[in-house]
Amino acid sequence: MPEGDVSMAEESNNGSGLDYIMSLEDVPSKLPPHLELFKTRVLCNNDAPVHTETIQYSGAYATLGVDNSVRLDNFCENFKVEVKRLTDSDMEFDLIGIDPAIANAFRRILISEVPTMAIERVYIANNTSVVQDEVLSHRLGLVPIRADPRLFEYPENAGDDKNEKNTIVFKLHARCRVGQPRITVKSDKLKWLPNGSELPCEDVRSNAGSKPKTFTSFTCSQDSLPEFSGNSISVTYPDIILAKLGPGQEIELEAHAVKGIGRTHAKWSPVATAWYRMLPEVVLLEDVVDEVADELKNKCPANVFDIEDFGKGNRRATVARPRDCTLCRECIRGGKEWEDRVSLRRVKHHCIFTIESTGALPPEVLFTEAVKILEDKCERVITELS
Amino acid sequence: MDGGWKTDDGIQMVDGDNFRPKCIYVAVMMRRIMDAILNKDAMDDKDYVGNKRLELSGQLISLLFEDLFKSMTTEVKNLTDKMLDKPDKARNFDMSTNIITLGLERTLSTGNFEIKRFRMERKGMTQVLQRLSFIGAMGHMTRVSPQFEKSRKVSGPRALQPSQWGMLCPCDTPEGEACGLVKNLALMTHVTTDEEEGPLISMCYLLGVEDLELLSAEELHTPDSFLVIFNGLILGKHRKPLRFAAAIRKLRRDGKIGEFVSVYVNEKQHCVYLASDGGRVCRPLVIADKGISRIKQHHMKELVDGVRTFDDFLRDGLLEYLDVNEENNALIALYEGDATSETTHIEIEPFTILGVIAGLIPYPHHNQSPRNTYQCAMGKQAMGNIAYNQLRRMDSLLYLLVYPQRPLLTTKTIELVGYDKLGAGQNATVAVMSYSGYDIEDAIVMNKASLDRGFGRCIVMKKYSAVIQKHSNDTSDRILRPNRTADTAGRMQILDDDGIAAPGEILKPFDIYVNKQSPIDTRTPKSGSAANLPDSAYRSNAQSFKGHGGEVIDRVVLCSDKDKNMCIKFLIRHTRRPELGDKFSSRHGQKGVCGTIVQQEDFPFSEKGICPDLIMNPHGFPSRMTVGKMIELLGGKAGVSCGRFHYGSAFGERSGHADKVEAISETLVSKGFNYSGKDFIYSGITGCPLQAYIFMGPIYYQKLKHMVLDKMHARGSGPRVMLTRQPTEGRARNGGLRVGEMERDCLIAYGASMLIYERLMLSSDPFEVQVCTACGLLGYYNHKLKTGICSSCKNGDNISTMKLPYACKLMIQELQSMNIVPRLKLADA
Repeated sequence: MPEGDVSMAEESNNGSGLDYIMSLEDVPSKLPPHLELFKTRVLCNNDAPVHTETIQYSGAYATLGVDNSVRLDNFCENFKVEVKRLTDSDMEFDLIGIDPAIANAFRRILISEVPTMAIERVYIANNTSVVQDEVLSHRLGLVPIRADPRLFEYPENAGDDKNEKNTIVFKLHARCRVGQPRITVKSDKLKWLPNGSELPCEDVRSNAGSKPKTFTSFTCSQDSLPEFSGNSISVTYPDIILAKLGPGQEIELEAHAVKGIGRTHAKWSPVATAWYRMLPEVVLLEDVVDEVADELKNKCPANVFDIEDFGKGNRRATVARPRDCTLCRECIRGGKEWEDRVSLRRVKHHCIFTIESTGALPPEVLFTEAVKILEDKCERVITELS
Repeated sequence: MDGGWKTDDGIQMVDGDNFRPKCIYVAVMMRRIMDAILNKDAMDDKDYVGNKRLELSGQLISLLFEDLFKSMTTEVKNLTDKMLDKPDKARNFDMSTNIITLGLERTLSTGNFEIKRFRMERKGMTQVLQRLSFIGAMGHMTRVSPQFEKSRKVSGPRALQPSQWGMLCPCDTPEGEACGLVKNLALMTHVTTDEEEGPLISMCYLLGVEDLELLSAEELHTPDSFLVIFNGLILGKHRKPLRFAAAIRKLRRDGKIGEFVSVYVNEKQHCVYLASDGGRVCRPLVIADKGISRIKQHHMKELVDGVRTFDDFLRDGLLEYLDVNEENNALIALYEGDATSETTHIEIEPFTILGVIAGLIPYPHHNQSPRNTYQCAMGKQAMGNIAYNQLRRMDSLLYLLVYPQRPLLTTKTIELVGYDKLGAGQNATVAVMSYSGYDIEDAIVMNKASLDRGFGRCIVMKKYSAVIQKHSNDTSDRILRPNRTADTAGRMQILDDDGIAAPGEILKPFDIYVNKQSPIDTRTPKSGSAANLPDSAYRSNAQSFKGHGGEVIDRVVLCSDKDKNMCIKFLIRHTRRPELGDKFSSRHGQKGVCGTIVQQEDFPFSEKGICPDLIMNPHGFPSRMTVGKMIELLGGKAGVSCGRFHYGSAFGERSGHADKVEAISETLVSKGFNYSGKDFIYSGITGCPLQAYIFMGPIYYQKLKHMVLDKMHARGSGPRVMLTRQPTEGRARNGGLRVGEMERDCLIAYGASMLIYERLMLSSDPFEVQVCTACGLLGYYNHKLKTGICSSCKNGDNISTMKLPYACKLMIQELQSMNIVPRLKLADA
C-alpha cells in the first residue's frame, strides 16, 4: 500500500533517524494486504493450517519499512478483555490484541502453577472396605477442597511443623452396619477438623498427663481465625464417590490437606482445564447464491451461515455466527470449488479463553492469580538481569 | 454286535471265528490304497480337520482309570495269592490298595501320562490354568495342543486349513516354534463326546442298510451302492444314500438321536459316513429349507424376551450342529439374504469364526492379519480385572488395574464373553502425532496429569509364605513376639505382637515380616518335652522382605500345608503408577513402551480444550496397516460425543454388528468434529496452532504385565560364583552383565585390547599366581618366608608373580588332576 499515511508523516516531522525515514512520503508504513493476512490470520485450509506461527522478530518487515516491534503503548491501546460468560465454576472471555504466546503462558500457569489445597497425607486408622488404602488415598487427593489457598503457606516453609497456617485436617468415618444394605461413601462424609488432628501419634504415648500428641501442632483453632469465621472449609462437591462399603465394613481416617501446585501433582491444579482458541473468522471469497447458498447453509453443523434474501427470490449466503465455527471443515469439503468459495481463518491476536475451575477459587480470581504469578516471574527476570 | 467290534485304533476286530468283516475291511482299505495310487486326488488329507479328533480330559482320565483299575485288580490278585500261600489264613487280610488314588494324583500333578498298557507316554498333559488375566484364562481354556513334537520342519500342519472355518480361530496362534500347531477353538465350537453306538447301529439297519454278512464282494461295489461306515467300521451298504442321510438328519433334528451324530455322504468314495464318536469339532448352524431360514421373526422376539433359549432352538430343530465332514454335504449361506433355493444352512454370525481372544479386536477384518495374531498373544498379558473374586484369591502373582474400563468400541464377542464387565485396559485419548523425539520406535509419550489422575495405575500382588517346620526330633520352629528394644527393632516395626506382620503395614526393604526361630539342633532326639527348649537352643530364622519399598501387606493367611505344618501366607500389594519403560498396547498388536512423561501444560490441546492422554507416533501406521485401529479411534470419538457405545465386530458391517465409517463420520460432523477425526490442535509449548490437523480420539489401551521395575538391573560389584570366582549370572542373583563372545569379537576387531583385558579379567576374576619359570608349573606363596615357592622344584629361585583369570588357574589345576601337565612358558615383555 504505497499511499502512506500523510497525516502520520507530518506529525513526526521533526524526528531523526528511523523516525525520519518513516516520515518520508514514499516509504510504506503498512504491510501489503497479503502479508498482513499471513501475519494476523491462520488460514485453515482443507489439507493443513498454514501461517500458524506469529512473527515475533521486530525487524521481520524491515525491508518493507514496517516496524514489527512490540510497543507497550500500542499494546495498551489495543488490548481488550471481554467477559462472555461467567458462572461459579467456569468462565469464557476474549483476550483481544494479545499474542497467543502470552495467552498460552496464562494457560500454562493456570494449569500448573496457581496453588490450591489438596489432601496430601492420609492417616488410616481402619479400612476394611474393598478399596485399598493407597487407592482410597489417591481418590481423596483428587477431591477438590473449597479453601482459599492464599490464606495458607506452603508446607516446605514450615519444615516438619504442621500448624494451622499450612494444614487443613479432615476426618472421615463411615461404617456399614451388619445386616444393612451396602452404602456409598461420598465426599460429604469428609468433616473439617478446625482444631487439627485428633489421632494420637503412636510413638509418643508416654507423657500421659498432658494432651496426647497428635499429627499436627495447631496453636489455635482454625475457625477462630477471622478469615475462616465466615466461610467454613469443606469439599466443593458433596457427591464424589470415594468408596462403597458392604455390611460390616468400615473406614476411619484422617486426611491432611496442604498447599501445592499442579506441576507437582494434578490434584493441586485449580482448573479442570483451561484453554483458549483463536477467534474463528469465516470469509466468503465469492458471492454464494441460490442453491449453492442453501447447500452451504445445510453443510455447516454449527449453523454458521445464514441466507439473506435480497429481492426477486434471489438468495445469498452470509456469515452470521463465525464464533460458532468448530473448524469441522465441512464447508470446504467436497472439492476445489468449495475451497475457493469459503476461507476459514483464525484471528491470531484474539483468544477466546475458557477456564473451568474445580471450585477452590472462582475462575475470575484464578485468572488474576495467574496474572500475578506471571508478573512475579517477569519481575524476577528483570531483577536477575539488572 | 452284528458287524464286529473295533479296537481303539478303529480297526475291525474279529468276533469269534468270523473273519469275514475283517477281510472285507482289509479289502476296502486295499481298494482305497490302489485308488490313491492311480489317482492322487483320492488321497486323504491328514491336516483336514474332519479327519482329526480332539482328546478331552474325560477320555484321557478314563483311559488312565482303566489302566489303573487293571493294575489294581492284578495287584489285589497277587496279594490274595500271597495271602493264600501263607499258613495262617485266618489273619486279618487287608486288600485295600490306593493304586488308583495315587496314580490319578501323580498323573494330574505332574502332567505326565505314562500308560504302558496303551503305549502312551506324554508330557505336559495337565497345565495350571493361567490366571494372570481373565482373557488369559479364557484363551488357555480354549487352547488345542498338538500331539507330535514341534521341531519338525513341515508347513502342512501349520498352515491355515480351509476346513478350520468356524471351528478353530484363524488368528489365535502363538508365534515361533508352536506357530500354527497350537490352535484355539472358535467362539461356537463344540467338541463332541462319545455316544452309545448300539442303538445307532440297529437304527441304521432299520433304515435300510444291507448287512455286510449277506453281501458278496460284487454286490458291495455295484455302481449304485454306497458303503455305510459307522465310526470307522463297515456296517453294510445302502442303495439310496441321500435318502438314508436325510432320514438320519430328520431323526436328529427331531431329537430322536443325539444332536452331535453326524452323517455325511461321500460321492467320490461311494460311502456314507456316520459318526458318533467323541472329539469331533462341530458348530451350530441355522437350518434352511430350500433357502428359507427356519428361524423366523417371532422366534427371535421370543429369544429377546427371554422366553426361548439356545437349547430351545436346538430342540425345535431350528438349529443343528454340523461337524466338519457333514459341512461338505451342506450349502451354507453367509447371510439370510444370500440364500438360494439350494441353500441348506445359514451361518449364525460370521464373527463366530474367530475365537474368544481374537473377538476382542475391533474391526479385525480391516487389519493386516499378523497384527491380529500379535494382539491375540498380547491380550493375554494385559492387566485388568481377572475375576469377580480377585481380591479374595491368594494367587502367587496377580496383576490388577486400579481403574479398569469397558472399551468404548466394543464387539459382540466382548459382550458375550463378559470382557465389558472384566475389562483389561483403559480408554485413552490418543493423538497421532510426533512429539519430542522420545516417541520413536513405537514409544509412547504420556501425559503426567493423566497418570496423576489414575491412568495406567496398577496393583501387583505377590504371595510370600513362611512354613513353621516340624523337625524329625519333635522340635519345631517357633514365632516370637518381637523384642521392641533390641537393635533389630527398626526392622520389626511392622510386626504385630504375635510376631507376624500386620495387614495394612507399609514395608521397607529388609523389614522382617515373620519373626521365626528354628532350633539349632534338628537331628538328635530330645529327651523330655520338646516345647521346653531354652532360648539358646534356637537361632533366628526371620524372613526379611526383599523388595522396592512402599509395598503393603494386603492379607495374612494362616493354614496348614500338605505335611500338616503351619503355613503363613502373606499377600503383598504394590501399587504402581506407569513409569518410563512400562509396556502398553492397543488392541491391534501395536505395542510400545512409555518413552517419556510430559507435563500437561506442554501437551497439545484442541479447540474444545481436550488434551490427549498419550501421543503415538504416526510411523506406527504405514508399515503395520492397522486400519482397524484408525476406525476404532473414529468410532470411539463418535461414541464419546454421542453417548452410545459403538460396535466393531468382525465382518459386522453387513449385519449391523459394526458401525460403518460413513455413519461414524456423520456422527462426528454433527458433533462439530471433522469427518476424518482430525482436529485443529494448538501446541502447548508455543501456544500457536500446529501446522497439521491431528488425528485424535479415544483408543482402548492395555497395560501389559512387563514393567521396568521388575526388570531393571545394574551391578557395580557384587556376589561371585564360588568355583570360578566370576560374577554371578542373572538379575535374581544380582549378577553381572556378560561381555559375550560376539562382543569380545567386536572389541578384538576394533583393537581395544585394554578394554578386553579389563572386562575379561580385571572386572571378572583376577588372581595372582606364582609361576616357576624353570618348570612352568604353578607354585604358592609362603607367607612365613614371604616368597613364592615352586612345589615341584622345591625352591623359590625362579618364581615370578603374574595375574591370571581365576578360571584359567582352575583349569590348569583340573588338567593336572587328570595327569595332563600344562606348563606356562614366560618371556619378558
